[in-house]
Amino acid sequence: MKRMTSYRLAVASRIFAAAIGGYAVASLFAAASSQLLMRLGVARSEAVLAPTMASFLVYAVIVLCVFHARSAGRAWVLIVLAACPGLLTLWLLWPEAIG
Amino acid sequence: MKESFRQSMAWLHTWAGLIVGWILFLVFMTGSTGYFDDEITHWMQPETPLVVAAAPIALTESVNKAQRLLERRAQGAEYWSINPSQGRVDRQWRLSWPHAAKAGKTAEPSQGQKQGKKRRGARAERVFMDPASGEEIARGAHGKARDTGGGVGLYRLHYKLRYMTEHSALLIVGGCAMLMFVALLSGVITHKKIFKDFFTFRPAKGQRSWLDAHTLVGVAALPFFLVMTYTGLMFFMYAHMPAAMNVAYGADKAWADDGYINPLNPRANSQFDPMAEPGAARARRGASVPASGTPMALADLSGLARQAERQWGKGMVGGIFVERPGDANARVTISRQEEGGLTRGSASQLVFNGVTGKALSAPPQRQAGTWKVQDTMIALHEGLYAGPMLRWIYFLSGLLGCGMVGTGLVLWTAKRKQKQVRESRTDYGFRLVQALNIGTITGLPLGIAAYFWANRLLPVAMPERAEWEFHCLFIAMGTMLLWGALRRPPRKAWEEGLWAVSFAYLLLPVVNMATTDRHLGVSLPAGDWVLAGFDLMMLMFGAAFAAAASLVRHRQADAAPVVRAGRVKALA
Repeated sequence: MKRMTSYRLAVASRIFAAAIGGYAVASLFAAASSQLLMRLGVARSEAVLAPTMASFLVYAVIVLCVFHARSAGRAWVLIVLAACPGLLTLWLLWPEAIG
Repeated sequence: MKESFRQSMAWLHTWAGLIVGWILFLVFMTGSTGYFDDEITHWMQPETPLVVAAAPIALTESVNKAQRLLERRAQGAEYWSINPSQGRVDRQWRLSWPHAAKAGKTAEPSQGQKQGKKRRGARAERVFMDPASGEEIARGAHGKARDTGGGVGLYRLHYKLRYMTEHSALLIVGGCAMLMFVALLSGVITHKKIFKDFFTFRPAKGQRSWLDAHTLVGVAALPFFLVMTYTGLMFFMYAHMPAAMNVAYGADKAWADDGYINPLNPRANSQFDPMAEPGAARARRGASVPASGTPMALADLSGLARQAERQWGKGMVGGIFVERPGDANARVTISRQEEGGLTRGSASQLVFNGVTGKALSAPPQRQAGTWKVQDTMIALHEGLYAGPMLRWIYFLSGLLGCGMVGTGLVLWTAKRKQKQVRESRTDYGFRLVQALNIGTITGLPLGIAAYFWANRLLPVAMPERAEWEFHCLFIAMGTMLLWGALRRPPRKAWEEGLWAVSFAYLLLPVVNMATTDRHLGVSLPAGDWVLAGFDLMMLMFGAAFAAAASLVRHRQADAAPVVRAGRVKALA
């Protein structure tokens, strides 16, 4: 019985990692990419539009990876690692003034 | 989960697909009706005149006729607004102008307008014109048509759902779309021998057959499903993924002011381009040029329309707004028709001097490529650009989507039924899925039929009539959900549900005949193929569901393992 419970917990953990963690990674990707593009000279509106359009694909791919990981723990490691580039970029490139 | 990529993706595919399957079934079915929304609306408003194929008439000819009519009826008005017919069925043109202003009174919004009501009320006069003859149509066809949601309301269910705010519905449907995308990708990955398996179908083998059917239908329209799912997400993507927008523009953004729309599509934002105002908003405000007082003949509008057609293509004129007709300061603004091509919302406009006919506006500015990508994706999803044959392909592909989702849902129960029978128990989850399957796969088609039945049977003068048509849809669906939950054995519920649906569709043309004079006996001889086509499609769907019901009745139970175990269960 205990094995069943721990199995179910592992599944629940993966679902969280995919749904919430994956969403966070996709959002970070979108926000960070748009700031990066703006620094590279792309117009603000285009810099926001393009990464947002692509972020759904990123989300889907993350979900696939989470469910392929060999354990729930590894899935979370994957999420954290995937979030790092976005977090770092945003920390460095956070816009001073918005407007 | 130390398993192969294919196995892990199979697990993901099963569960991602199951959770959102029932909502996706509704999305696919109601969305598919959207490709014929105008036609469905025409059937649901039998008071409107028959639509008979007429010789095509050049738009510029009709513009000329409109000008003549307005000269007769609206001499000296502040502005004229000419709107060619929209949609695939409605032929009439709408012409409007403001009521003659009282002496000394400036244009003030009426009480109705202050409250933001849609109808301009007493401010503007509106007539309908037949584009072929130039004759005024008395009160227009829609003045006395019954209140109904029509085909548009039916298809809008697929993203607005019902009985909740639009925002909640967007989030739910968006979430389902995301899971559908995951299910599509995982389904393709799981399916190693995708091309060989496409040509595999093993009938009457229970679970195997359902799997083959699911694969067949899923692969047949796979590009369509991938495109529809992803482009569907593009409509409201900032509701789903606001991060980039919020970081760049601030969370309390006002889009127009923050210059979001402008750099992407300068012509669409009136804040940055005073000549880019959409026609309707402009008409509400009235003419933007003062009257000079010197009367001068208005230029020939059909010539200006011809210039517009040369630039945009034949028939691509969306609206003509004439300010101060008959005055020296006259100005004509011609707007491009929105629903024409793959890049739809360009909102291009051409402005002319109303007396000399000389073009005034600057050439349209370049539109950002990124915006065109989103615009094209939205246009692909809406399919408004499609001709008749492509429209049918969209519709049938959508029905294949229902088939894919439906076979997947049934496959889930088929796969687990053996195990349930062997262990002589049915657990709650299994029964829940079974009930939801019956309630959705038979309930939704029944609901749509009920929507059409209600359209014919509800009293025309009934208050909230359109709302009640939708209520009937969901009442019928709810009834099937209950039936699926309570009727034992489930096979009987399936059979009875399918018969109910088939009768609902087969009898609809009869109800039509009993309640209106727009039935097959009238529409076929007259050549109104929209009406006739609708009734014929109802008969076809009825026949298809009857065939399905017969198949369920005559199908053998999955005999082998049950007989071996020596138990015959009421599950099969």
